[in-house]
Amino acid sequence: MSLQAMTFLVVGATFALYIFIAFRARAATTGEFYVAGKGVHPVLNGMATGADWMSAASFISMAGLIAFKGYDASVFLMGWTGGYCLLAMLLAPYLRKYGKFTVPEFIGDRYYSNAARIVAVLCLITASLTYVIGQMKGIGVAFSRFLELPFETGLFVGMAIVFIYAVLGGMKGITYTQIAQYCVLIFAYTVPAIFISLQLTGMPIPQLGLGSTMAGSETFLLDRLDKTLMDLGFNQYTTRQGGMLNILLYTFSLMIGTAGLPHVIMRFFTVPKVKDARSSVGWSLVFISILYTTAPAVGAMARLNLMETIHPTSGPNAGVWLEYEKRPTWFKNWEKTGLLKFEDKNGDGRIQYVGKNYKDANGQVVENEMVKVDRDIMVLANPEIAKLPNWVIALVAAGGIAAALSTAAGLLLAIASSISHDILKGVMVPDMTEKSELLASRIAMAGAIGVAGYFGLHPPGFAAQVVALAFGLAASSIFPALMMGIFVKRVNNIGAVCGMLSGLGITLVYIFWFKGWFFFPGTNMAPNDAAHWFLGISPEAFGAVGAMVNFAVAYIVSGMTPPPPEHIQHLVDDIRQPGIIKR
Amino acid sequence: MSSELSAQEYWSSNIRLVIGCLVVWFCVSYGLGILLAAPLNSIRILGGYPLGFWFAQQGSLYTFVVLIFFYAWRMNQLDKKFGVEED
Repeated sequence: MSLQAMTFLVVGATFALYIFIAFRARAATTGEFYVAGKGVHPVLNGMATGADWMSAASFISMAGLIAFKGYDASVFLMGWTGGYCLLAMLLAPYLRKYGKFTVPEFIGDRYYSNAARIVAVLCLITASLTYVIGQMKGIGVAFSRFLELPFETGLFVGMAIVFIYAVLGGMKGITYTQIAQYCVLIFAYTVPAIFISLQLTGMPIPQLGLGSTMAGSETFLLDRLDKTLMDLGFNQYTTRQGGMLNILLYTFSLMIGTAGLPHVIMRFFTVPKVKDARSSVGWSLVFISILYTTAPAVGAMARLNLMETIHPTSGPNAGVWLEYEKRPTWFKNWEKTGLLKFEDKNGDGRIQYVGKNYKDANGQVVENEMVKVDRDIMVLANPEIAKLPNWVIALVAAGGIAAALSTAAGLLLAIASSISHDILKGVMVPDMTEKSELLASRIAMAGAIGVAGYFGLHPPGFAAQVVALAFGLAASSIFPALMMGIFVKRVNNIGAVCGMLSGLGITLVYIFWFKGWFFFPGTNMAPNDAAHWFLGISPEAFGAVGAMVNFAVAYIVSGMTPPPPEHIQHLVDDIRQPGIIKR
Repeated sequence: MSSELSAQEYWSSNIRLVIGCLVVWFCVSYGLGILLAAPLNSIRILGGYPLGFWFAQQGSLYTFVVLIFFYAWRMNQLDKKFGVEED
């Protein structure tokens, strides 16, 4: 069977499965629609959270980022997992105890203010929409390469599927679909990793393979990679290249952003008890770490394979650049998508792929001819580069799409529920019937898909970076408001609103300053590079600064204004204990 | 439950536990994985992993998982000790 037919078959089968589950578990009440009736087992919820959490960025982009950035990409690994410690210890059990449907609802109640609730909704929508853009682009990439549709068509097909899927599902349907999607994506991610680790090192466990010696050699894989890259003028793989302050703040932004992302927090509203919420965060991180500890191995091995294909260090062609006419099939396939581009600058018919300022043995400057190697293709091309069988390649396509769909569904639910439950039911039309609330959230979902699709066609960067912006927003606005709401009784309505607005404001301005106002190309105020950044802090890392501004402003303003009323103090006492307080 | 005092003690035991866990959380990631990564890289573990690089891309993740389950286990004990568990 041809690769394309096999891919259609595998992807089609997984779609049929998701839609079947979503149809069987569709929601009838708002409680089922928003929080799956609070009846999800903590381990299963952990698995669903894994799929909800691991997006196109985790599945497709992360190993690619690691492949090209080496050590510096550790910020994603630590940032996107360390946040779960904060979630488990600072937020999830308390918010589960509170026991309502949405994150803005808690903020609105705790700060006894509809203004706070609306600010939280705006933060949530901005963060979630930014995040959904990354998923849309991921779906487009997977479709365009594997089903050989143009990128735009791929994006539209993806939007249509997400639409059917999210509208049918509700939290109940989404939960059980996400469990299936987790199984698909983790299988699709680990199988090629095991094959490649075996090929390169003879060790089937990728996490150990990365530390092993190359098969049939005494050289460690990481040493070989460092040497190959440095010989060709690239940066060393295992050491830090970026500024220390930026890496520290970037990691911190991703951690508190992770803990503050509403679509993740919401998943812990679905378990039966407070103690389930605590352990369920642990299970989530177990399922996430299976992929996240594999990714560094995939990244390093994919990079080594890519370099060896273009410039072998052993065998009959050792030290000779690959002839363009003899390039492998995967190279041609990816050229068609425009994500891989070659320009024969010196006209010798061979591919020179080198870092900046590389000079050959005769001291001649050699120009890099791989003018575009999109990071996003590394995971998707990896099985082909390693010459794995067709079914593995088809599986990777299905896995990438599963990752993007499950995250998109979770995000769209967060957006839709904040519009229907917080804005419509909570603030504008409190006497709305349950039936019209359900309808409203489904309409809100459709609108969100349209907006996300537009930005998917005009993305501000590659998938993981777009997603990183969402973290800055969640970090600077939602996380501090939630944490202070639980841990600092003295913070009042005015303090919280001022804090959220100033944290969000300064972060957004900083991002727009370097990335263009609302990401429109050409409207940025300064070039987006380390030389122009404030203290070398990149826009993606600025959420940490925004969060500190939020904490400081909320604390100072609350100190100058009256303390929260007594019933709010009792509310805080209540959420601090799993059991019911009798007064 | 014996009133306000016990609730306060429960809360401060919780805070102490959280702070303890977060110190470990900070040390493995920011400490060993970032600030001290360069000097630690001269040490090799599990074969060819430079130690700082290993903490940044592997070790801190394993530690996070253990930390959360440890926290959940200790909190369940505290809930029982202070009689504040559900049902």
